[in-house]
Amino acid sequence: MSRVFILARRDLAAYFRSPLGASIIAAVLLIDGILFYSQALTEKLLSAEVLEQFFYNASGTTMIASIVISMRLLAEERQLGTFTLLNTSPLGDADIVLGKYLSAVLMLGLMTLLTAYMPLLIFVNGKVSVGHIVVGYSGLMLLGAATMAIGLFASSLTSSTVVAGIVGASITGALILQWALARAVDAPLSALLAAMALHHQNFKPFMSGTLDLGCVMYYLMVALFFLVAATKMVEARRWR
Amino acid sequence: MIEIRDLYKYFGERRALGALSFEIDSGQIVGLLGLNGAGKTTTLRILACDLLPTSGTVLVGGVDVVTHPEVVRSKIGYLPDSPPLYLEMTVREYLEFAGKIRGLKASQVASRVDEVVRLTELSSVQRDRIGTLSHGFRQRVGIAQAIVHRPELVVLDEPISGLDPVQIVEMRELVRSLAGEHTVILSSHILSEISETCDRILVIGDGQIIADGTEAELSARWLSSMRVEVVARHPTGLDIGQFWQSMRAVDGIVEVTPREPHELGENLLTFELSLAKDVREAVIAFLVGKGFGILQLTRSHRDLENVFLQLSVPGRTQVASSAGTAGEGEP
Repeated sequence: MSRVFILARRDLAAYFRSPLGASIIAAVLLIDGILFYSQALTEKLLSAEVLEQFFYNASGTTMIASIVISMRLLAEERQLGTFTLLNTSPLGDADIVLGKYLSAVLMLGLMTLLTAYMPLLIFVNGKVSVGHIVVGYSGLMLLGAATMAIGLFASSLTSSTVVAGIVGASITGALILQWALARAVDAPLSALLAAMALHHQNFKPFMSGTLDLGCVMYYLMVALFFLVAATKMVEARRWR
Repeated sequence: MIEIRDLYKYFGERRALGALSFEIDSGQIVGLLGLNGAGKTTTLRILACDLLPTSGTVLVGGVDVVTHPEVVRSKIGYLPDSPPLYLEMTVREYLEFAGKIRGLKASQVASRVDEVVRLTELSSVQRDRIGTLSHGFRQRVGIAQAIVHRPELVVLDEPISGLDPVQIVEMRELVRSLAGEHTVILSSHILSEISETCDRILVIGDGQIIADGTEAELSARWLSSMRVEVVARHPTGLDIGQFWQSMRAVDGIVEVTPREPHELGENLLTFELSLAKDVREAVIAFLVGKGFGILQLTRSHRDLENVFLQLSVPGRTQVASSAGTAGEGEP
């Protein structure tokens, strides 16, 4: 397990050895900041509604940033030939996937943490519960972690980061749009599709500050499913 | 150290290897020689547990690469044809990382990296980013990462590829210095490199071992003649045309081929002799008798080249005689 952390630490440091990490964080802060100011602060909303709106906006930037971060995790290593170093070291395939995933989730955590000043600004002229903020951020992290796993799986399929990004975004988009599909079909299929939606039904409770364990489990299962799939892909590529 | 039995590897319908079998003892430096596409890289990738075989048995230190790859990987250091380098890291950071993920204890990492940096002569650039290094230094870093965890087996795929002559000599010395502590298997299609660096040569063609032995053993087994290169100063007023004819009349000499001189000088002749048997003493005696001053008489490197061609491309032999250029007059 310690080798997983060694790999994760190297990858996390790599974000900040190049402009990539700072660029992603800056872009997310800029977009979240603009949306927070233009929508949350200029409209006449209750404090809790401002916070809800913030988490709604941040969920979009979180998913996009998660795809951008994760699409390069394995694809870029293959492209540059550095994957051979990992592949021929005593790390197992699951260790490689976990180490890469851990670094990306830590990066996501740092990025998400830096947005915290926005909900804290609400306290200047309003009042919200700290619990609402904590639950909302938990939702953002879970949504981001699930999206990261999807992006990592896409990254395991190819040595092109662009292709990985397109595949990751397509899977994420298809999962988000399950809620629209759910409205077009009859029960019980509609309930099943709505329950599978990456955002709508499963993220709304977090936005409003409700900790729904079913939704927590949903995001954990999505992440686990795609991490296992990515591990299997890494294993399968040893035949090629 | 390495035992490979009936190894096959298919990429789709295409057979890349098979049936491949050989064994390598500990402490040897073995060269895998073959044309592009012969199966060198595939063999080395399987040995390094980067690629799974279709069938067959591959044991490294008695451990199977398919059933216990994690154990095998801890015994192996691998340098692929393109070194797996993180360009944004410094040399030292990279080697520390490579050591740690390959199982070096935290307390040993710094001292071992110091040792490897010294051995591979990277001290002057150890704080530099890898992305700023020359190709030669990057190859050295590639070797350093392959040995940082003290592996029993070092697998080097085309380690001298793209190096300049000075770097080739340095790399050769570096690889030779690994002998004893490590077993080394390296691949190349550069014949002279393999013959000068390795104790033993495995010639691979169409995914199979087609010859195995030292350079002398391969030459003795596969060549019907010996080739020697001569540089000599001829007496003033020599009739060159007549000399070539008399040279061919010496018992044991099959062919005389003039060569472009490697060095300039008055009355210097450079030529290559194809001998049916080892008559080098008779050749020297003949030349001395004719008043020649012999500057050099060496066995030709083209011997191995001919063995390689004979094995890899049936029908293509005697590179020296067919590709040679005339010097002073025709024999």
